[in-house]
Amino acid sequence: MRTYLDFEKPIAELESRIEDLRGMEKSADVNVNDEISRLEVKAQKLLSDTYSNLTRWQKTSVARHAQRPHFCDYIEGLTEDFTPLAGDRSFGEDEAIVGGPARFRGRSVMFIGHEKGRDTESRLKHNFGSARPEGYRKAIRLMEMAERFHMPVVSLVDTAGAYPGLGAEERGQAEAIATCTEKCLGLGSPLISVIVGEGGSGGAVAIAAGNRVMMLEHSIYSVISPEGCASILWRDAQARGDNKAPDAAEAMKIAASDLLELGVIDQIISEPLGGAHRDVKATIERLGDAVEHAIHDLEDLSPEELRKQRREKFLNIGRVGLA
Amino acid sequence: MNWLSDITPPGIKKIFRNQSDSGDTLWTKCPACSEMIFNRDLEANLHVCPSCDHHMKIDVTERLNALFDDGKWKKIKLPEVAVDPLKFRDEKKYTDRLREYRKKTGEEDAIVIGVGKVDGVTTVVAVQNFAFMGGSMGMGLGEGIIRAAEEAVSRKAPFVMFTASGGARMQEGILSLMQMPRTTIAVQMVKEAGLPYVVVLTNPTTGGVTASYAMLGDVHLAEPGALIGFAGPRVIEQTIREKLPEGFQRAEYLHDKGMVDMVVPRKELRETLGGLLRVFTRHGVKAKPAAKPEKKADNETSNVTSLPAPTAKANDTVSKSGQDTDGLDKAAE
Repeated sequence: MRTYLDFEKPIAELESRIEDLRGMEKSADVNVNDEISRLEVKAQKLLSDTYSNLTRWQKTSVARHAQRPHFCDYIEGLTEDFTPLAGDRSFGEDEAIVGGPARFRGRSVMFIGHEKGRDTESRLKHNFGSARPEGYRKAIRLMEMAERFHMPVVSLVDTAGAYPGLGAEERGQAEAIATCTEKCLGLGSPLISVIVGEGGSGGAVAIAAGNRVMMLEHSIYSVISPEGCASILWRDAQARGDNKAPDAAEAMKIAASDLLELGVIDQIISEPLGGAHRDVKATIERLGDAVEHAIHDLEDLSPEELRKQRREKFLNIGRVGLA
Repeated sequence: MNWLSDITPPGIKKIFRNQSDSGDTLWTKCPACSEMIFNRDLEANLHVCPSCDHHMKIDVTERLNALFDDGKWKKIKLPEVAVDPLKFRDEKKYTDRLREYRKKTGEEDAIVIGVGKVDGVTTVVAVQNFAFMGGSMGMGLGEGIIRAAEEAVSRKAPFVMFTASGGARMQEGILSLMQMPRTTIAVQMVKEAGLPYVVVLTNPTTGGVTASYAMLGDVHLAEPGALIGFAGPRVIEQTIREKLPEGFQRAEYLHDKGMVDMVVPRKELRETLGGLLRVFTRHGVKAKPAAKPEKKADNETSNVTSLPAPTAKANDTVSKSGQDTDGLDKAAE
C-alpha cells in the first residue's frame, strides 16, 4: 500500500483510476488498454511535473516519507557481512545510530548512520533516529576502529536532530556532538557522508563533517527544523494559528539544490521519478554508485592529505562562491 | 530572597517592583534577590550582586577591561563576511536586524576579540556578545573565532574563549550550522600548535555553540549559575512533558556531571585564568631542582632518577618560555 503525501493527491487519483481500470480489464470484455496507457502517460507527466517543482516544504515531507529507504535498507541492499556493533563502552547502547564494518563492492568499509525505524516498535527501539550522547560516542569509537584498519567510513544522515532529553543533557549531549564532529574532522580515513533523509542540525553535522558530503535529491539539511524556526522567528503568526513552517523552509533554503549552490555540499544524488520511496531499489543502487566513486577518489590519499582536504573544504564554506 | 520578600504577599511585591523599576537609571534591581544596587557599585563589583552573588550580564568591553592587566588590550578586527547570502526574511528582513544590532552595540557581530596580558601572560581572548542577536553563531562569529585562533597560533599565545549564546543564527541557515565544524577546526589549530585552549562558559551557552567550541576546551571554567546545555530547558520540558529539576543545566550541575572543571566567581576569574595560563605556557621551562635527589640503592628507583628532575620552583633565568614572541611577556613574574 503506497502512502501518498498531501500534494500527491492528483497523482493518487489518477493512479487509483488506473487500478480500477485494470480490475475491469480482467472481469469484463471491454478493451480498456488504450485508456490505461493514456492515463499512465498522464500520471507519469504529472509525477514528473510535480517532482521537478517541489517547494522546500514539500521536499521536507518527501524527506520524512514513511516509505523512504533508511540506513538498514542501504546496508541490506549494498553490503555483505555487515556486523552491527553496539555500545559506547562507557554508559550504554543507543540504537538511534547504527554502525559496523561490512564488505561493500570489494572493500571493507565502516558504515555509520541514523536509523529512524519503520513501524511503531522499531521506531521506539531506534528512538525515531534522535541520538543520545551514547550514539555519538559509539560513532567516535567506530571511526577510530576504521582508522586503525585503514577502512573508509560512510555515514548516512537521517535525523530530525539529537534527542533533547533530560538524560541526554545530563550525560553531555553537547560534548558528545562536539567531540564527534572533531573526530570526523581529524579522521585519518576517508569519510563520505550522505544526507539520505533529514539532516537536522548539530545531531546531523556530528557525523557529516566528511571529505565528501552528498545529498539525495529530495533530502533536506538545515540548522533547525522548519517548525522550530517558525516557532521562534514567526512567533506572532504562529501564536495566531498560522502555520509558518513552509515559510521557514523557504527562507532557510534547506533543499539539496540550495546547498550545492551555497557550496555546502559536493554532489546531489538524483532520486527516481516521484522520489526515493517510489523505487527503493534504484535509490539504493544510485547511492551505492556515488559512494563507490567517492571512495575510489579518496582511497589513495594519506591520512594527512585527507585531514588537509577536509579542513580546507570546510574552511572554504562561506568564503568561496558566495555573492 | 530576603526576609521581607518572604513575608510580603505577591500582590504587594508587584506594586513595589513596578515603582522601583520605573525610570531610575542610577539603580539596578538584582533579578535574583530584588536588592536595589547603586549602579556604580554594581560596575565596581563586575555586575555581581553584592548581596546574593548573582552574576548578571556584563558588557563585553567591561569584561575585557577587567580581565587584561591594567585594562590594556588590543582589539582584533573581525574578518569581513558575505552579508545575508540567503536573502533571509522572517517578520523582519535580516539585513534590517543586523543594522539595528550594529547600531545598538557598536560592534560588527556577536564577538569581540582582544589580545593582551592576563596576569602577565600574553593571551588571545574572544568574548561572545549576548547583546548582539543573542550571541548567535553565524558566519561573522565563525570567522572571528578562526581569526582569533590564528592570532593565538601566530603569537604562540593561549586562547581563552568566553561563550554566551542562544545558539545558531537561523537567518544564515545552513551556513550558520557549518560554523560548528569550522569553529571546531579553529580549536584544532590551537591544540595542534601545542597551545592551551580555555573555555569560560557564561550565562547562557546553549545550542550549536555548546555542541562545538564551547565543549572542546582543555579546561572548562564556568560562571556561577550560568545556564549551559545543548537543548534549551523549554524544548526539553515539551519533549519529556515534565518539570525540570531545580538547578538543571546550571554551571554547578555541569560541574557535578563532569562537564566543567571549575565554577569560578567572576571576581576570581582573572586570578584562576592567570594561574592556569602560567602553568600551561611554561610547562617546558626547565628549572634546577632545589636539592639533589637522594640516591637510593635499589634498581627501580635509580631508573626514576634518570627522568627529568621535578620542578621545585619556577626559574626565571631560563628565558625560553615557548610562548611570547613579542616581548610583551617579560614582566610576567
